[in-house]
Amino acid sequence: MSPAIFVLLAIGLGLVGWLAARSRAWAFASSGEGRTRLHSLPSYHGWYVALWAFVPAIVFVAIWNVVSPQLVMQSLLADPAAAQLPDFGINRDTVLSEALAVARGSAQAVFNPLAAPLVEPAAAAMHRYGIIGIVVTLLIGFTGGVLAFLRLKPDFTARTRVERAVMLILLLASLVAILTTFGIVASLLFETIRFFGMVNPIDFLFGTHWSPDPMRDPAYANGADYGALPLFWGTIYIGAIIAMIVAIPLGLMSAIFLTQYANPTFRKWMKPILEILAGVPTVVYGYFAALTVAPFIRDVAKSLGIASASSESAIAAGLVMGVMIIPFVSSMADDSIAAVPSAMRDGSLAMGATKSETIRKVLVPAALPGIVAGVMLAVSRAIGETMIVVMAAGAAANLTANPFASMTTVTYQIVAMLTGEGSFDHPATLSAFALGMVLFVVTLGLNFIALRVVKRYREAYE
Amino acid sequence: MNNPDLESSVAAGFTDAGPAKISANKVSVYYGEKKAIDEVSIDIHTRYVTAFIGPSGCGKSTFLRTLNRMNDTIPSARVDGEILLDGQDIYRSKMDVVQLRARVGMVFQKPNPFPKSIYDNIAYGPKIHGIAQSKSELDEIVEQSLRRAGLWEEVKDRLTDSGTALSGGQQQRLCIARAIAVDPEVILMDEPCSALDPIATARIEELIDELRGRYAIVIVTHSMQQAARVSQRTAFFHLGNLVEYGRTSDIFTNPRKERTKDYITGRYG
Repeated sequence: MSPAIFVLLAIGLGLVGWLAARSRAWAFASSGEGRTRLHSLPSYHGWYVALWAFVPAIVFVAIWNVVSPQLVMQSLLADPAAAQLPDFGINRDTVLSEALAVARGSAQAVFNPLAAPLVEPAAAAMHRYGIIGIVVTLLIGFTGGVLAFLRLKPDFTARTRVERAVMLILLLASLVAILTTFGIVASLLFETIRFFGMVNPIDFLFGTHWSPDPMRDPAYANGADYGALPLFWGTIYIGAIIAMIVAIPLGLMSAIFLTQYANPTFRKWMKPILEILAGVPTVVYGYFAALTVAPFIRDVAKSLGIASASSESAIAAGLVMGVMIIPFVSSMADDSIAAVPSAMRDGSLAMGATKSETIRKVLVPAALPGIVAGVMLAVSRAIGETMIVVMAAGAAANLTANPFASMTTVTYQIVAMLTGEGSFDHPATLSAFALGMVLFVVTLGLNFIALRVVKRYREAYE
Repeated sequence: MNNPDLESSVAAGFTDAGPAKISANKVSVYYGEKKAIDEVSIDIHTRYVTAFIGPSGCGKSTFLRTLNRMNDTIPSARVDGEILLDGQDIYRSKMDVVQLRARVGMVFQKPNPFPKSIYDNIAYGPKIHGIAQSKSELDEIVEQSLRRAGLWEEVKDRLTDSGTALSGGQQQRLCIARAIAVDPEVILMDEPCSALDPIATARIEELIDELRGRYAIVIVTHSMQQAARVSQRTAFFHLGNLVEYGRTSDIFTNPRKERTKDYITGRYG
């Protein structure tokens, strides 16, 4: 039975409950002693009953979806034909899943002869539990709806109850995002711990040589090959240094121009256009960095006599990344400069300060917390950026300050390690999780600081 | 404005006051198409406090802001007529607005200290105008300005604290100290007490009276009692016109115009 049928059933029950309850509420309103005044509008009565019919049923459906395959499996194994199966291992699982697939109708015929006799009992079990599921769903939905319906009275406080339910639904929605984050952390954490079981964290965090070999026997995995310092350096050099040298001045100056000098029509057009920059897919920036900027920089560097200039360079990736995050900086700076009370600006102008003195000495310092927060967000965006570095920065883990050298970053190595041939119990593959964990912690920290700074800045003007 | 009464009141009343510090002749202000001020002529003298009174939207604040060209910050605003400061038109093309605003300071309705230390708030003007030659000279200017604004005793031990951490009344006195730190000739005050409690207001009014000996002070106020308490000259604005201008005592006890009388007796406004 497809889960869609169950969901449709629950929705149907809810709809019926809604219509029935609403008309009952209308009946209250129009019948009896003159005009009875309802506590809540009829539609609230409708929603109250609909929720009672729908929610318990859908909760059951969710649980049933998890439970019923196991029940099917149990009854299948209890079948005499299952005695023929191999005792354990991959073979047993393949046979069983093959039988289930044919029974479900998602496969045409069995490949393994052992599975053939199992198809029939599997189909029967599925059918049986499917019927049971539908009946119970209907029963639960119906009972919930009827019980709710019986409570309806003219002075029934349906409105407050529905409001409470709305709040709960919204709470659940917000929990989903939070729980997902926890899930991500948990999944990273376990693999990271496994990795640190094989490689010493000190070697990993402070070692300067990075050359994991996924083909090498894991037993000989050497902590000396997992020194991630060059990756951290590459990430910081490209994302937090070169990119910021580009993005902070350009972003800040464009924000100042847009808020203080541009006429309103120009600003109205220019601001969204600037923000579109943030919406360009990073892979497109990657092309630009790899095909246009990187060769150009190499040629310039060569002509300046820098022989070590590589066609994939930190500076090419950093420059393009800097352009990419200009909108992050300028948009936050723009908002926070515009939020400085105009009294502040007038006060400065009235003292005889010029426009640029006012901007430099009053507006920017007053907006600084917001600007700093924008920069923090931009940095965390930049160090998490992958495509541009994959395409333009190269793969060599160099620990150097030479911007024309090829460099690699944490994100690049995560991609490289996970898309390789290595298996999931090899330290080379697992190192991707440890790298991800470091990245997660660092960006989380930056965002946390940024939020704290923004909060302080809000308090200053409210 | 063709107003013989006004001309005669100005001529008759202020023969003792010497030459005008600021002299406005037929000044009109437009916001886009809308005329906010209609041919206002008025003389303002040093060592007097001149109060601008009138109902909301009568143009008194707009006119005040033309006196140091703060209306320049509003793109749609346009000024006609001439305003002479010591006989020189401040709207002439060669006029340096920076110089003008150093000579004509301004205090705003809501206290607007910069989010900097108390010291830096006061030092702001002297620094941008290059008034102080040395750190010690700057210290002296800061102390003197705070003393004149009656704030020194309260803040002398915490000059490095943020100006925004002071109370509302202290903030406004800080703004006054900031304005006098560049040693202006005229101080414009745009409803300086409207955001303050009565005690802080009384303190500012006292201060205005003390400052009157050095500067020409123009104060816009909503409160007729305040105008009566602090000013020697009062100008009554209504609907963008200067209705009546004269000695404060005359305006409040013996107004010449029906409209003035109606306003000060509380008939409207």
